Amino acid sequence: MENFFLEETSKTPKLSFDVSTGKFLMSGRSIPENSIEFYKPLFEWLDEYVKKPCPKTTFDIKLEYFNTSSSKCLVEIFRRLEKIKDAEIVINWFYEEDDEDMQESGEDFRELIDIPIVMHMIAN
Amino acid sequence: MDIQRFYEQFRSEDIIMSYKGSASIDLLSNLMDTLQIKLSEIEPKSSVRKRVFNVLVEVIQNIYHHYGKCHSQNAYDEETVNFLIAKTDANYFIIAGNTIFNEEIPMLRSRIDLINSLSPDRLKQVYMQTLSNGVLSEKGGAGLGLIEIARKSGGKLDYEFYPLSNRLSFFSLMVKIPAALPAAA
Repeated sequence: MENFFLEETSKTPKLSFDVSTGKFLMSGRSIPENSIEFYKPLFEWLDEYVKKPCPKTTFDIKLEYFNTSSSKCLVEIFRRLEKIKDAEIVINWFYEEDDEDMQESGEDFRELIDIPIVMHMIAN
Repeated sequence: MDIQRFYEQFRSEDIIMSYKGSASIDLLSNLMDTLQIKLSEIEPKSSVRKRVFNVLVEVIQNIYHHYGKCHSQNAYDEETVNFLIAKTDANYFIIAGNTIFNEEIPMLRSRIDLINSLSPDRLKQVYMQTLSNGVLSEKGGAGLGLIEIARKSGGKLDYEFYPLSNRLSFFSLMVKIPAALPAAA
């Protein structure tokens, strides 16, 4: 299978999902009007990936903004990654020092998701 | 509360932007881009700026989701929306309005009243339940928008329905966000 890559736009994040290294990145903004339409190809890619994942998958999330429909899609992404068995997976959630809302969002996901989410503060 | 009267009482120097007219995806996108630039000019605290922008995105996308619905049903000729963002000394105010079908009023009213009746802790619980229930509407609405708006504003949502005809009313929503940031719910 091929890597999944999309450049960042003013409303959608950069998506870089490398199937050979297991390094995943989502960065920028996620505020599309129709989040499902945007994320559907990634959902399908992940459905394939979890069948034969890398020994270690590292998912870095560095978002500046996201809307509520994107937060639902993030849950959908995490639910797929929860299916990975017999392989390591970690999610790194990055937030800026004074961005309490982004910090809290990461903590909310930690409560919901059965994958380790490591919080990383970016100092200003 | 008479939101439309409230709308008119802002001093022009308090108004960051206002719009009244028909809407389209492009227009609403441009509004968001312009507002983001304006906010970065006037709001020094990035945490406040981000919170206000987050609420703006939800409010504007609520209008968009609703707009698309009525438009596709070709229910009326005129699709007027209005939108205002203002800043006084202590608060940001966001007011948004759009036309809705009268039969939608009871559900929308009870939803906002429910959100307003919840404590911050309970609001968070409902948010978390809605986030994890796996239900997504076809247009991407997640049922989370109003909850998120209430959480981020830390206060009650003001709203009103102004009757236009036996089929339609004008729905206005007003959100107040303190310029000095309280903790999120």
